[in-house]
Amino acid sequence: MRHCFRGVGLLALFIGLPFVGLMCDGALAASAEKGKIAFMKYGCWQCHGTQGQGSVVTSGGKVLAPDPLPWEGFSAFVRGTNRGMPPYSEKVLPNDDLADIHAYLLSIPKAKDVKSIPLLSQ
Amino acid sequence: MPRKIGRKESGLGVDRRKFLTGVAVAGAAGAVAPKATQAAAGAGAATARMPSALPPTAQTIAAETMPPKDMARIGGVAGSDFMVDAIKTLDIKYLPANCASSYRGIHESLINYGGNKMPEFLTCTHEESAIGMAHGYFKAAGKPLLSLCHGTVGLQHATMGIYNAWCDRVPVIVMGGNDLDAAHRPPGVPTFHSAQDINALVRDFTKWDDTPVSLQHFAQSFVRAYKIAMTPPFGPVMISLDAGLQQEPIRENGEKLSIPKYTPTSPPQGDSGAVKEAARLLAAAQNPVIVVDRTTRSENGVRLLVQLAELLQARVVDMGGRMNFPKTHHLSAPLSVVNNADVVIGMELADFWGVVNSYIDNGEHGIGHNETKIKPGTKLISISAVELNTKSNYQDFQRFQPVDVAMAADAETTLPSLLEAVKSAIPASAKAAIEKRAEAAKKAKAEGRARTLKLAALAWDASPISTARLVMETWAQIKDLDWSLVASSGNVSNWPNRLWPMSKHYHWLGTSGGYGVGYGAPASVGAALANRDLGRFSVSIQSDGDLMYAPGVLWTAARHKIPLLAVMHNNRGYHQELMHVQRLSNFRNRVASLGNDMGPIGTSIMNPDIEYHKLAESMGWWSRGPIKDPAQLGPAIKEAVTVVKSGQPALVNVWTQPR
Repeated sequence: MRHCFRGVGLLALFIGLPFVGLMCDGALAASAEKGKIAFMKYGCWQCHGTQGQGSVVTSGGKVLAPDPLPWEGFSAFVRGTNRGMPPYSEKVLPNDDLADIHAYLLSIPKAKDVKSIPLLSQ
Repeated sequence: MPRKIGRKESGLGVDRRKFLTGVAVAGAAGAVAPKATQAAAGAGAATARMPSALPPTAQTIAAETMPPKDMARIGGVAGSDFMVDAIKTLDIKYLPANCASSYRGIHESLINYGGNKMPEFLTCTHEESAIGMAHGYFKAAGKPLLSLCHGTVGLQHATMGIYNAWCDRVPVIVMGGNDLDAAHRPPGVPTFHSAQDINALVRDFTKWDDTPVSLQHFAQSFVRAYKIAMTPPFGPVMISLDAGLQQEPIRENGEKLSIPKYTPTSPPQGDSGAVKEAARLLAAAQNPVIVVDRTTRSENGVRLLVQLAELLQARVVDMGGRMNFPKTHHLSAPLSVVNNADVVIGMELADFWGVVNSYIDNGEHGIGHNETKIKPGTKLISISAVELNTKSNYQDFQRFQPVDVAMAADAETTLPSLLEAVKSAIPASAKAAIEKRAEAAKKAKAEGRARTLKLAALAWDASPISTARLVMETWAQIKDLDWSLVASSGNVSNWPNRLWPMSKHYHWLGTSGGYGVGYGAPASVGAALANRDLGRFSVSIQSDGDLMYAPGVLWTAARHKIPLLAVMHNNRGYHQELMHVQRLSNFRNRVASLGNDMGPIGTSIMNPDIEYHKLAESMGWWSRGPIKDPAQLGPAIKEAVTVVKSGQPALVNVWTQPR
């Protein structure tokens, strides 16, 4: 699958199209609903919380959502990280499911403004 | 005085019961006239042996078969009464313990002869709970408690609590009953529960232990144990308490029993040359950073640390072993500030290596890799009393970190001389640079605060409830009280320390030390006991896994009317382990098997979900739950606070995000 990503990446570069939306294996049909289920099934929630909010102790303070990384950076990190997060191979987390997860993260709305939360604005 | 162990003086062929009823107490009262020895002289005459040739009277027969109505069977003053006299000299307020036959002698003396005061016996349902209570109590009150346990089975239950206290540098005085005399102790269960050397079980993680073989020996050992436990670095101590010594009457054999006077030992202070060199480095630094962990143990310690930080305008990283430095202060900083430091002074750090290095659990072949966080040439200074008391077996001393100045000394005790040395070492020309550091720190503090609040707002309305919301809904209900966060078990992303304006020493009592799960619940109850007497309001963040180790401590809290607000961080799993299994599954290129749970098999606490609120209610607590809707959380905690203010414990069971 990595070859596929590289190929599509080169293609995107060549024809000047946005990378997202051209992914292999059904990424065009990525589903936020399925992604939410996959986010739980593959254990993403364990370190990142069910809404991708992250934690200083489990995700080094990294926040997945709202405003997730673009697909290219996101998928590259998931596949190859040598930092605190263990990498997920395609065998463990298939590309379609990863794309769904990304779609789920994109669907998470922006957080409330701190000023609108009395407990945080006192 | 000849040494004696247990009941060896009873001799062969002598029926123990007859021996005990016939014994005459010799000698006069001790030099310091403990109450028990004063009584011993009079008791001897009343229990003089009858001529053995006479036929037994009805009274004699009754004496052989049941306790006389008006005369103690023991035939003198119990040795354990004298032990109670010794214990009472040290002003120990409570004695949390699970009862056991091997210490029945001193148990009886404590509650009857001693009047169950100073110390007051607190009924515990597990020895680990008793030690955990003593652990938490000390961190709130600054005074140690005594705990008793069965010398073998009970001590085995207690060990994890003792290890936590050892790692957290907390004094706890533990006494284990043990029947040494194999020829005379009861067979069967009491013999299963006896050992040659019960202290061996905990010798690797106690500061000192002893097995007194006479009452005078006990008095010396008890005062010595207290003294050692209370000299920095603090730590638990262990005394094996022979059953025979407790139960037999006082026989002074011509030597007067006395109780040694306790004089606190002055804590070790940093060598003057090392202090001067540390001050020189700090004063010359462009970007000094102070890192603290178990550094202060009093409001004075906090005040001194603030003075040092302000003198240098050095940012302070509080690792959280205690509440060392006010979170509201502009110099309070995250750990990342060590990255740009040119001098780092670490005071009583549990893990200096971990402060200046990182371990990434994601290396080749499943082995993690290390990275330094600091710049080359950064000077490191350490002040730690733990260097004076390092043992070999258990690895609580962590990785070895080379430093430039090392002081084997107590940090709080060294702070006044360090302050003076730094004042002398700062040149007048440094004033502008120091003021500039202050301005930069204030700006960084404000920016950091804004970032933290934005992070707290994420998933604010989520269900399960976010840990930031859990913490702030709790804060809203306690902020106007004289509050003390006594424990935060599990992990709520450190939100209390990031969001609550902690400024007093008791606002945060730190963690377990040894990371043995099961500390949170008993330590909270113990600390709440201390805070009750000090007029403070106690709150804990109580995790699910921690509570299930020994939930019986909830009953102890209700039984002894210890007010505590426990707000549960119920993420329904052993979350740390859950992540570990997920990590290893990824490394091995396998999909983690979940079974029917949310986490890998063996790491979830669900199916069925535990009704912690019902568990608490069954043991006499007010409770609410499970709360899954964040909108319902504030009102439930508000109700619980009202209950706690009335003197009762209350628990709110909340379903939360993982961290």
